[in-house]
Amino acid sequence: MTVLSILIPAALVLGLIGLVAFLWALRSGQFEDLDGAAERILLPDEDKPKKSGGPRE
Amino acid sequence: MSCCAASASLSVPGQAQRPDRRELLDASHDLGDGLVATRLAVPDAHCAACISAIEKAVGAVDGVTDARVNLAGRFVTVKWPRDAVDADAVFTALDHAGYRAGLLDEAESGPDPVLRRLFIALAVAGFAAGNVMLLSVSIWSGADDATRDLFHWISAAIAIPAVAVAGRPFFAPALHALKAGRLNMDVPISLAVILAVGLSLHETLTGGAHAYFDASVTLLFFLLIGRTLDYVMRSRAGAALKTLDRTTPRGAVVVAADGTTAWTPVSEVAADMTVLVASGDRVPVDGTVVSRGVRVDLSVVTGESDAVELAPGETVVAGAMVVDGPLKLTATRAGHASFLGEMRSMLEAAETARPALSRLADRMAAVYAPAVHLIAAATFLGWWAAGGGLHHALTTAIAVLIITCPCALGLAAPIVQVVAAGRLLKHRILLRDGGALETLATVDRVVLDKTGTLTTPTVDPRALEQLADGTLSVAAALARHSRHPVAQAIAAAAPATPIAPDRVTEHAGHGIEGVIDGRTWRLGRPDWALSAEAFAALSVDRRGAPALSCDGALAAAFDLLDRPRPGADGAVATLIRLGLAPTLLSGDGEAKVAETAARLNLESWTARATPAGKIAAIHALQGDGHRVLMIGDGLNDAPALAAADVSMAPSAASDVSRTAAGIVFLSEDMGAIPTAIAVARKARRLILENFGLAIVYNAIAIPLAIAGYATPLFAAIAMSASSIVVVANALRLALPERRSGVAGSAARDDIRTPLTPALGARV
Repeated sequence: MTVLSILIPAALVLGLIGLVAFLWALRSGQFEDLDGAAERILLPDEDKPKKSGGPRE
Repeated sequence: MSCCAASASLSVPGQAQRPDRRELLDASHDLGDGLVATRLAVPDAHCAACISAIEKAVGAVDGVTDARVNLAGRFVTVKWPRDAVDADAVFTALDHAGYRAGLLDEAESGPDPVLRRLFIALAVAGFAAGNVMLLSVSIWSGADDATRDLFHWISAAIAIPAVAVAGRPFFAPALHALKAGRLNMDVPISLAVILAVGLSLHETLTGGAHAYFDASVTLLFFLLIGRTLDYVMRSRAGAALKTLDRTTPRGAVVVAADGTTAWTPVSEVAADMTVLVASGDRVPVDGTVVSRGVRVDLSVVTGESDAVELAPGETVVAGAMVVDGPLKLTATRAGHASFLGEMRSMLEAAETARPALSRLADRMAAVYAPAVHLIAAATFLGWWAAGGGLHHALTTAIAVLIITCPCALGLAAPIVQVVAAGRLLKHRILLRDGGALETLATVDRVVLDKTGTLTTPTVDPRALEQLADGTLSVAAALARHSRHPVAQAIAAAAPATPIAPDRVTEHAGHGIEGVIDGRTWRLGRPDWALSAEAFAALSVDRRGAPALSCDGALAAAFDLLDRPRPGADGAVATLIRLGLAPTLLSGDGEAKVAETAARLNLESWTARATPAGKIAAIHALQGDGHRVLMIGDGLNDAPALAAADVSMAPSAASDVSRTAAGIVFLSEDMGAIPTAIAVARKARRLILENFGLAIVYNAIAIPLAIAGYATPLFAAIAMSASSIVVVANALRLALPERRSGVAGSAARDDIRTPLTPALGARV
């Protein structure tokens, strides 16, 4: 039964990681615009390198 | 504006009543560092291209540091320094990008703390339920002695904090109800959860075999799902008044005796002052017309779109729009006494007097909670009297409470409403208020408005035939680029044409522009399409109808005609067949109303109904014990919409009406009304079925629990199974549509198929 001392904490920690990840996602506003997130991947990337890519000014 | 109103969906709600800088600042929230965030509704945003177009347009406005579209909420968040807030610039930018925009209602802006708390509770309960259940399964599969006790201890360590966090949405209202001496559904829930944890803790401490930790957290998890869905479906009432405030001008230009003009707040305008109103502005106070030959759009009062020419001495009311001004008037009543002020108080009164929704779930709770408590108490007394011992009597009574915890009952109504709302959305019907669906199913009288609801203005085909050769083809070629009903009517009137205009752009609220052979053609509002001189030369009665222009010169003018909305005949026929006795209430004149009523076979109609008259008619029906569905679109219908038990408005309706209505239909087709009623009736039947299933579950589980057979394993299986059955039953509402495939034919099928059984269920 000693295996329980490893498996139970492992199961709980994995569960907790999931819970914390969800709460973090909720707090950082990732659930605020689910439709928008789905559409935004279709937009061309606008955050191309501004200065580092080309010759320095 | 009259053309705009005539061509309803071309009109820009935000444009005529654009909020000013102060309103924008009022609605913004402070981010610190002098920055504010403003949320603007952009109802037309629907795709990736819209996101980028809106963000580019708003981002290019001076001072804006960030613009981000929220597609789910259909709004854009604009971040800018407080000093740089410029209402005109941002609305103009959005207008040029082709998007209607407006301020968000207070209730709709800002993150919702209640929903957030529910989500957190749901996450915690879900986590706890999963882990505790895992340990419980081990116990049921035979873990015993020290292992079982260890598992009980771990379960306690997870369940107790989880219940403390996730149970709060139930504990607080339960306490509140008890303090007020009432019982609601939260009382048995809280009692069951707390007693289950208490009993389990006792079992754990004494090394007993039966701990109900899993039951307490899974209960919370299922119930929180129901509670969250229910909250999402709840209405955001009271927003209609806010929108009305935006129609009210804040100030008036007062002409002093010496001829000088000064801007005066409406509250300071007294009777007999002379007020000047420019074209395109709304009249700020009620008054008597002084100037000659000014046309005014009175749609705010009558709901009719044609602008009326007012003679000196006639009265004009606050909120009316001056089409070609300036209009000079002598104030008679200002502020609260004015027409808009009266509308405001009528709306306020109607909203508070609206019959309270007696929600099925609440009525169920009123019976259920006391019954459950009585059964538990009887179990306790019974076992005690029978000599079962205090401990056994107590554990059995608590087991009864756990088993009867209204898990399936909590899911029964909200899950059906969510599925029904999804189904309605496929038919382009928006449910603003979950309660509206329940009421809609029980409606037995329908009151309809005419213009904008039963009829839409369209182009007179007889006049089209008289157009010069070629102009109709050009108009049709341009009109083909717009989905506006008037444009489509023009496009449909012309034979196929090879003309292909270049650089066609549609200007929301104005019309369509295109280039043919180097010449710029415009089709739309005459004041936009024509040059200033050409517009001035246009006869006054032509100024309300759309015009076609070539390089600013008039090429053709179109006549507008009242035409029934598509599907109006069928919808009204269905309503009559359903015994809902539709009544027509219109602000329009007798002849037009009688004609429409005759065409649609409506026996009962009233012409020249004022907003107060419409409310009175609805109250009279309600007084006879009827439940009334009101369908209307104009600002003048708003109080009536608020007074009816449930109301529907087309999406082209005025802001106030849309907010006052519980249901908004986005399609042009009037078939939306019977469809909504059909779905509502089916939903009601499913909710009742679900309650029935929950009762069957209790009928089986309670005797077993009273007999003392409700072990934690039995509780876990019975409660989960009942919840799954209820959810599965609710999902049946989504089934027929999936089979029929084509949305259009599905809409028609819905009118017939689900109604027959639904009617049967009502008898």
